[in-house]
Amino acid sequence: MSTTMTEPEKPAQATPPRRGGDAIFAGTAYGAGVLIMLALAGVAIFLLLESIPALSASGDQAYGADNIVVYIWPLIYGTILAAIIALIFATPLAIGVALIISHYAPRRIAKLLGYVIDLLAAVPSVVYGLWGRETLQGYVFPIYQWLSDNLGWIPLFDGPVTTGRTILTAGLVLAVMILPIITALCREIFAQTPQMHQEAALALGATRWEMIKMAVFPYSRSGVVSSVMLGLGRALGETMAVALVLSASGVITIDLVSSQNPSTIAANIALNYANASGTKANVLIFGGLVLFVVTFAVNFLGRWLAARGKVKE
Amino acid sequence: MADLDDKTLTTATTADPDRPPLTRPQLPAAAPYITAAISWGLSGAIALGLGWGIAGWIVVGWAIFLVALPAWSRALEGGRKAVDRMVTILVWTTFAIAMMPLVAVSWTVIERGAPAFSVEFFTSDQSGVIGIGGGVLHAIIGTAIITLVATLISVPIGIMAAVYLVEYGKNNRMSRILTFLVDVMTGIPSIVAGLFALALFTLLLGPLPRLAVGGSIALSVLMIPIVVRSTEEMLKLVPDELREGAYALGVPKWRTITKVVIPTALGGIVTGATLAVARVAGETAPLLLIAGTLRSINTNPFDGGMQTLPVLIFSEATKGAARPEYVVAQLERAWGSALVLIIIVMGLNLLARVVGAYFSPKTGR
Repeated sequence: MSTTMTEPEKPAQATPPRRGGDAIFAGTAYGAGVLIMLALAGVAIFLLLESIPALSASGDQAYGADNIVVYIWPLIYGTILAAIIALIFATPLAIGVALIISHYAPRRIAKLLGYVIDLLAAVPSVVYGLWGRETLQGYVFPIYQWLSDNLGWIPLFDGPVTTGRTILTAGLVLAVMILPIITALCREIFAQTPQMHQEAALALGATRWEMIKMAVFPYSRSGVVSSVMLGLGRALGETMAVALVLSASGVITIDLVSSQNPSTIAANIALNYANASGTKANVLIFGGLVLFVVTFAVNFLGRWLAARGKVKE
Repeated sequence: MADLDDKTLTTATTADPDRPPLTRPQLPAAAPYITAAISWGLSGAIALGLGWGIAGWIVVGWAIFLVALPAWSRALEGGRKAVDRMVTILVWTTFAIAMMPLVAVSWTVIERGAPAFSVEFFTSDQSGVIGIGGGVLHAIIGTAIITLVATLISVPIGIMAAVYLVEYGKNNRMSRILTFLVDVMTGIPSIVAGLFALALFTLLLGPLPRLAVGGSIALSVLMIPIVVRSTEEMLKLVPDELREGAYALGVPKWRTITKVVIPTALGGIVTGATLAVARVAGETAPLLLIAGTLRSINTNPFDGGMQTLPVLIFSEATKGAARPEYVVAQLERAWGSALVLIIIVMGLNLLARVVGAYFSPKTGR
């Protein structure tokens, strides 16, 4: 910011000429950066301030729970469960689709396919939620019934199946939503594999799959893990799809197909904010703070892994 | 290629019958298609015989194909090629599965949303409407205003922050912190952005505030990191020779940035900003918390709440109704709004691509 102070000392420096306009422009750019910092600090501070009253909430004010921990615990469980279901479905699909775009499809088609996958990401989450609530649940309902009838001895499919709007359906919708994110990141990473490694593998007589196993996967392992983490971060915070799809009752269960489902933090906020008076609003904001911290940790881990993977090359 | 292989094969075998051949026979190029036709034909015969639906036909045909082609390949080409063919089938299958939701969602939204479209749907709001009738003009206007205000906040801040990172920061401490914070911001769940606006205006206005501009602020929190990221990438692509040329002519740095650097990268910057608008136009959770719902048109973002398309979809889909036919009308309204929203978002995406394609020749290639 010291634009004029040091000027006469070093006249030979090859710096561009400076004018008054320069100081203003540089100041504006700096100010925009500071504003972003303030905004993020604001998010953290306001959430903290507004969630302090929630720490002492109990009984009616904590939606019938003894204290805030008892209230928030099933929601954290549901959030993580739904996100993990989404990852189980989305990760193999995303890796496959990314391979199609980077290695299998002819180059000209590959670009088009990339656009098409990006369109999946463009569909608003509320539309996915509406689709899951109205359409998808009808498709999966008979499948859940079959699972419950034939595989009911597995605790996951215990049932009884009375609705298609279960945590498994919510996880499926989330999987559709994070698929394009993981795909986009994975295909960048696959495309960065050194051409020489791939050609060397092919020259040694490897089939395409062996080449991918030997040259592409070892090179991109940390990148794939980090993109899965970033997808997880997105799945944890997704609100509307879960709020619309899930018929939640706030229990902790590993039964994926019964009508008794754990809710998620984000969906719980969206469904309860409207009649949240007094400390109830603070309780919901406390949930948001927990979600913020969890997604921050997951995203941080993902980016850290990505950065570590980059150093290796 | 194929006849060459045949030739080497025959020479190898005729030269020394004891040595294993240097090459193995290959399946003809059309083998996958032939096997596919036979597989689904067979599956079709079974499906007709047992009376399955289309889904059963496709799945069983796929299973036969998955076994038959590698089996044929194994017999002729050997195990490694067979595995390769099997993986190829599986990888393409993932793509087919990934396409299903996109096709299903688009189809359902068009099929159920199109019947809602009428003149009334686009020219009236929900004030005084009980159950059936009325339109969603108020929500379209609300989405437009809130997104516009969010754009007016985010784009200047985002571009200037990116200018700082690329042109002034030069990897100093401040710019490293800022890059990290933008990364953190990218990961903020949308509902947390809404809670931030809610908490902010609760402190300013008292409990349960309803303010449209609060929605814009929440959307800005989501939008700024996208704009910073895309602008930063574009500014980095501008060659240093252009900057040095301008400096050599005695142009001040800020004029260099505004007259040389930014115009060079403009196409990419506009594309990035448009994609960011498309991304937040469909956001629901933050608007649900702070902009709320409203049945009539409100054009002043600083005065009370505002209805938006995503929130309208959510509330119409979830709220109860006195009579069953009201539920039908509400769902039709929700699907109609979903179609409008998708058209807006896809239109913005298309616009971004067109803008990118229109400006890209200028940037070098």
